[in-house]
Amino acid sequence: MTAVSPDVGASETRPKPSGKKVQNLTGGWPVAFWFLLPSMVGFLVFFLLPTIRGFYLSFTDWNLIGNNGKFIGLENYEKLAGDDQFYASMWRTLKYVVINIGSQTVIAVLIASMMDRLTRSSVIRGALLLPWLMPNVVVALLWLWMLDGSIGVVTEFLKFIGFSDDLAFFTDTGKVIPTIAAINTWKYMGYTALLMFAGLQTIPGTVYEAAAMDGATEFQMFRKITLPLMRPVLALVLVITMIGSFQVFDTVLVATGGFGGQPGGPVNASKVIYLYIYQNAFNFNDLGYAAALSVILVLILIIVTFFQLKLLRAGESDLA
Amino acid sequence: MSTTSGNMAGTAGSGTIGARVGRLTAWVILALIIFISLFPFYWALRTGLTFNRALLTGDQSILPPDLTWLNFKRVLGLASDAEMVQATGFENSASFDYLLALRNSMIIATVITIGQVFFSAMAAYAFSRLRFKGRDQLFFLYLTGLMVPPIFALIPNLILMKNLGWLNSFQGVIAPFFLMTPFAVFFLRQFFLGINRSLEEAAIIDGAGHFTVFRRVILPIAAPQMVTLAVLTYVTAWNEFLWPLVVAPQEENVQPLTVALNAFTTQVPGTQPDWSGLMAGTLLAALPVLVIFIAFGRRLVDSIQFSGIK
Repeated sequence: MTAVSPDVGASETRPKPSGKKVQNLTGGWPVAFWFLLPSMVGFLVFFLLPTIRGFYLSFTDWNLIGNNGKFIGLENYEKLAGDDQFYASMWRTLKYVVINIGSQTVIAVLIASMMDRLTRSSVIRGALLLPWLMPNVVVALLWLWMLDGSIGVVTEFLKFIGFSDDLAFFTDTGKVIPTIAAINTWKYMGYTALLMFAGLQTIPGTVYEAAAMDGATEFQMFRKITLPLMRPVLALVLVITMIGSFQVFDTVLVATGGFGGQPGGPVNASKVIYLYIYQNAFNFNDLGYAAALSVILVLILIIVTFFQLKLLRAGESDLA
Repeated sequence: MSTTSGNMAGTAGSGTIGARVGRLTAWVILALIIFISLFPFYWALRTGLTFNRALLTGDQSILPPDLTWLNFKRVLGLASDAEMVQATGFENSASFDYLLALRNSMIIATVITIGQVFFSAMAAYAFSRLRFKGRDQLFFLYLTGLMVPPIFALIPNLILMKNLGWLNSFQGVIAPFFLMTPFAVFFLRQFFLGINRSLEEAAIIDGAGHFTVFRRVILPIAAPQMVTLAVLTYVTAWNEFLWPLVVAPQEENVQPLTVALNAFTTQVPGTQPDWSGLMAGTLLAALPVLVIFIAFGRRLVDSIQFSGIK
């Protein structure tokens, strides 16, 4: 169950049988080649070469209909540097990520630490996991209906408890990004909580017992024990969820593009970077420019990940 | 659900009244969160069992105001024309061919799962049981594939599919996921590393080849983990949206449920959405995932404990 391979080292120290047998036991390339062949083809054709080609495409004016792209140097990147739509969509994405990751992480920490103190029930864990298993299209449609401005059940409920004014979640330029962020918080909070819950299991119960002996309250224990000791797993979970959050697309397309709506609407208010890349590639047929946008997105993701791991000192644990 | 507390964590100071109030509060919050997680599914069911005209009155009763199976019937293509009008209130409402999209989703997810799990298991065997030059470097290279956002490879892959003439075909939708994903190789390698070597060494000394060992020793021992990976792969393939959307934009005979459901919502501009039909269709699109979840839920939950990623 661990990441290290215990047997590699072990077989090294073992007295080795004569030449032919070693070859038989551990293969070597003649054997490994056949085992690796299908996956290497898949990796080369659909992961490695497309990544390299993606870089190359960003220096061309490729489109799907007419041409096979001629090399235009840095033209796409120059266009990008002066493209207000790019900055606006990046800014929207950032807002989305902050709202989504912020709320999702706080709720997930809450769920995980409560479960850690209350229950190990796999029924409860399963119930929390269910939204994560649903297709994004299904999630978007469920909430599009429940948040319907005139007859949605959640809208009606909010009106009932006193939110009287305009509750047009998907047609108000100021509300659409927070709304989609909240929908995805609903989808991912249980899953994120389970990742954290797994991390919490490594904190020994004796730490809590000792604290309780000294008269600590549950809240004090949460603040002084749980949170600090969670830091390594929190760092890992944040990296994973944030990279995913930057790539929000399906929910936006379905929630804003359905029923005659304009994808990314109203008035571009939810046009996130993934959607902007998608539209450049498939609506404006400018694959070269879309590739350049993707390159920048990857760079941003690498920088964000790097700083996150630095800030949260992911490799170290206080549980020494 | 409050009865399923199982073996509780060492309850520090549970004797005091303050601690009891604290635990009770925690249970109430947890129950509320579970309610929020599950309510949308119930509400979709309730909506699917209601006529549109009842929805339009703004009736928010917990049970369907006028119970009917008609919406599910018409999504399944079993309703007559008269029933269609009765159900929707519209003369010609948009519809989508649920059974066709269901068939497509099943073909796509099944083929991807079989290929991906088997070929990734072969790679995982090489990375965990064999020794060859550059093994660890090659494995690391595979892992870097996890870091690349899908949209980066999407455009080059689409051009490749166009050149192969695989646009709007099953091959096109399936191919990128059929031979491997870095995650699948990584996931299985972790398990294979933990399998005791003595069995396979005995088999090899008895003259068995590596493929026999792989098939007769490793696969049976790792069967539970293979099933877990297969479930994760199946659900992921089932939920995939962007790739089939761009690679099969014009072919209903290939489009999976996710794409068909989205196309359905964009077909009805301006009019009052057919929420009853849509919720019935949405639930039916989620149904296979729900079935898998009921069958393998515990295993999925445990796999998240283990893998830490995905």
